[in-house]
Amino acid sequence: MRSNNIILETAIKVILFIIVLFSVYIFFAGHYYPGGGFIGGLMTAGALVLLLIAYDIKTVSMILPFNYRIMTGIGLLFAIGTSAGAIFFNVPFLTHAFGHIDLPILGEISLHTATIFDLGVYLVVVGVSMTIIQTIGEDE
Amino acid sequence: MNNLIILPILIPFLAAAILIFLPKKIMAQRWISALGSVATIVVALFLVQKVHTNGIQSLNISSWEAPFGITLVSDMFSALLILTTSIVSFTCLIYSFKSIGKERENHYYYPVFNFLIVGVNGAFSTGDIFNLFVFFEVMLMSSYVLLVLGGTKIQLRESIKYLLVNVISSALFVITVAYLYSIVGTLNMAHISARVSEIGQPAILSVIAVLFLIVFGLKGAIFPLYFWMPGSYNAPPIPVLALFGALLTKVGVYSITRTYTLFFYHDAGFTHVLLQVLAILTIIIGVIGAIAYWDVKKIIIYNIIVAVGVILFGISVMNIDAFTGSIYYLIHDMIIKAALFLLVGIAIAITGTSNLRNMSGLIKRYPGLGWTYFIAALALAGIPPLSGFIGKVLIVQGGFAGESYLGAAVVLISSLLVLFSVMKIFINGFWGDDQNYANEDKAPVKWLLISPVILVILSAVYGIGTEAILPYISQAAETLADPSLYIDAVLKE
Amino acid sequence: MEILMSIVVGVLFMTATYLMLSKSLLRIIVGTGLLSHGAHLLILTMGGLKRGAAPLLGENAESYTDPLPQALILTAIVISFGVTAFFLVLAYRAYKELGTDNIEQMRGTESNE
Repeated sequence: MRSNNIILETAIKVILFIIVLFSVYIFFAGHYYPGGGFIGGLMTAGALVLLLIAYDIKTVSMILPFNYRIMTGIGLLFAIGTSAGAIFFNVPFLTHAFGHIDLPILGEISLHTATIFDLGVYLVVVGVSMTIIQTIGEDE
Repeated sequence: MNNLIILPILIPFLAAAILIFLPKKIMAQRWISALGSVATIVVALFLVQKVHTNGIQSLNISSWEAPFGITLVSDMFSALLILTTSIVSFTCLIYSFKSIGKERENHYYYPVFNFLIVGVNGAFSTGDIFNLFVFFEVMLMSSYVLLVLGGTKIQLRESIKYLLVNVISSALFVITVAYLYSIVGTLNMAHISARVSEIGQPAILSVIAVLFLIVFGLKGAIFPLYFWMPGSYNAPPIPVLALFGALLTKVGVYSITRTYTLFFYHDAGFTHVLLQVLAILTIIIGVIGAIAYWDVKKIIIYNIIVAVGVILFGISVMNIDAFTGSIYYLIHDMIIKAALFLLVGIAIAITGTSNLRNMSGLIKRYPGLGWTYFIAALALAGIPPLSGFIGKVLIVQGGFAGESYLGAAVVLISSLLVLFSVMKIFINGFWGDDQNYANEDKAPVKWLLISPVILVILSAVYGIGTEAILPYISQAAETLADPSLYIDAVLKE
Repeated sequence: MEILMSIVVGVLFMTATYLMLSKSLLRIIVGTGLLSHGAHLLILTMGGLKRGAAPLLGENAESYTDPLPQALILTAIVISFGVTAFFLVLAYRAYKELGTDNIEQMRGTESNE
C-alpha cells in the first residue's frame, strides 16, 4: 500500500531529524530538569511512527533495520547492569555513583551512572512502543 | 541493609532480559530459565535462614532512607512465600519443557514466564504500598501475555474479560492508594502502620480497608469477586494454569493478609468481621462449584476458591494459632494446587478431554500417575499426616479460640466436601474400565510426572516434618500478630 | 480547587463507566483509558494542590510542592500506557480471530466451542 503523499513525505525528511534531535536533548536534560529516558524514548518512537505514516512498513524497516525486540533486551540489560552494579560495591541496590571531570573543550562535565540507567529506559521505551506498533501494522 | 532481598527479583529479571536475545534457541532458553530458577531457590533458602537467625531484613533501595524511598522488606512470611514460589515455578518450568509446544516457546514464553516470577517475588518482598501496585502490574502484564499466548479463540475471548477485570481493579488500586496517601501522607508500609495507629483508625480508614479488600479480593478471588476466575483459568495451557492457580491468587491473599494485619487491625469489629463473612461465603461457593462440575480443570479451579476462603478465615480470626495455621495452609496450598493441576494436566494430555465422563481406568496403565494423584488429593483434603492437616487443625483451633464456631465448622465440613470433589476425579477418571485414547502415545507421561512427584514428596515432607518447620512458621505468625516488630525493623535501622 | 478537581474526576469516572458498559470493544478500551486518567487526576488532587518551589535543598522557598504524587502519576501513566497498548493489540487480534468486536457475542465459559 504505497500512498502518494508528497507533502508529508518531504516534510518528514526534515521534521524527523528535528524530533529525534529534540528527543536526545530531552533525554540529556532529564539529568537535572524535566525530561529523561521515558519521555525521550516516547518522542523518538513518535518520530518513527510518523515515518511509518508517511511511508509503509517495508520501506521503514529497510531504512532502519532495527530489531526492536533486541533493542528492548539491550535496554533491560543496561538498566539491570547499572542498578545491580551497586551490589558489588556493597551498597543498596540501585544506588548510583557520580563524579565530575574536566574535558578540554566542553569544560566541566558531571558524569552519573543514572544516565546509563536512563539510556536503558530510553531503549526499552523505543523498543516496546515500536514492537507494539509493528505487531499491529504487520497484519495489513 | 542486605542486598540478598533483591536477588529473588533480580535473577528472574536478568534471565528474562537475556532470553529476549535468544528467541529461536529453545534449548538455550530452557537451560537459562532452569538455571535461573534453581539459583532463585538457593537464594530463597539463604534468605529464609537469614531471616530466621537475624530477624526481619530490609533494604532501602537506592540508599534513600526508610520512609522516603522504596524499601524492600523480608520478614519470615514473605521469605517463605518467595521460597515456595521459586519451587513451584521451577516445577512448572520443567513441566513446560515437554508440554507447552514449539509454537509458544518460539513466542517468548520463557521470558514472560520469568517476568511473572519477577512480579510475584516483588509483590511478596516489597515494603511500599505503591511499589506493590507496580509489581502487581508486572505480574498482571505477564499473566495477560501468558494467557493469550497461542492465540486460540477461547484464549482471546477469555483474555479480554480477564484484562478488563484487572484493568478496573488496578485503577481501583491506584484510587485506594491515593485516598490512603491523602490521609496518612506516606507510602512506606511500616510508616503507614505507625501513622494509622497514631490516629487510631477513624471510620474513613475502615472505608479504605474495604476498598483494599475489593482490590485484592478481585485478584484473590473471594466471594463475590471470584466470577472471572473459572472462565479465565479454563483457557490457558496446563503449566500456565498451574502457575496462575498456585501463585496469582495467593498474591491477592498475601496482600489482604498484609494490609489487614499491618494497617487496619484497630477496627476489627467491622473490617475483620466483614472479611470473615466473605471468607465463609467464599468457602461455601467454592465447595458448591467443586462438587457441581464434571470438568476436571473446573473442579480444581473451584478448589482454589475454597482454599482462599480457608486461609482468609484464619486471617480474619486474628489470633496467633489461626495465623500460624493460615500461613502453613497457604504454603501447603501453593504446593499442592500446582501438583494437582499438573497431574490433572497429564490426565488431560493422555485422554484428550477434560470431561470426567469421558475418562476412566487411567490407573491401570499409569499406576504412578494414579497413586501420585491419590496422595495429592488426600493432602489437599487434609488427611494426616499430610500437609493439609496441620494447617486446617490450627485454623479450626484458632477459630474456636476466637469464638467463630460457625466458620470453624464450615472449614471442617468443607474439607469433607473437598475430599469428595477430588475423589470424584479419582473414582471416575482413574478407576473403572480401561479405555484406549486417540493421542495416548504422544503424551510424554514419564517426563511430565517428574514435577508433580517432586511437589507431592515436598508436600509429604512438609506434613511429616512439621516439627522442624513449625519454628519458621510461628516466627512468621508472630510478625503478623505484632506489627511493631515489622515497624521497628524497617524504620529504626 | 480540590472540589473542582473532584468533580472533574467524578465526571471522568462516570464517562468511563458508561463507556465500559457498552458492547463495543473499542468503546470499552476508551473507557478504561478514561478510568485511569481519572485515577491519575485523583492522585494529584489527593496529594493536595499547592503552589510552591521544587522540593530541593537550598531553594529557600516559602512553600514546597509534594513531589510524591507526581512520581506516582508518572509511574501509573507508564503502566496504563502499556496496558492500553496491549489491550488494543489484543482487541485487534480478537476481532480478526473471532470476527466480532461485540462483547455480547463473547459470552460463555465453555472450552469446547
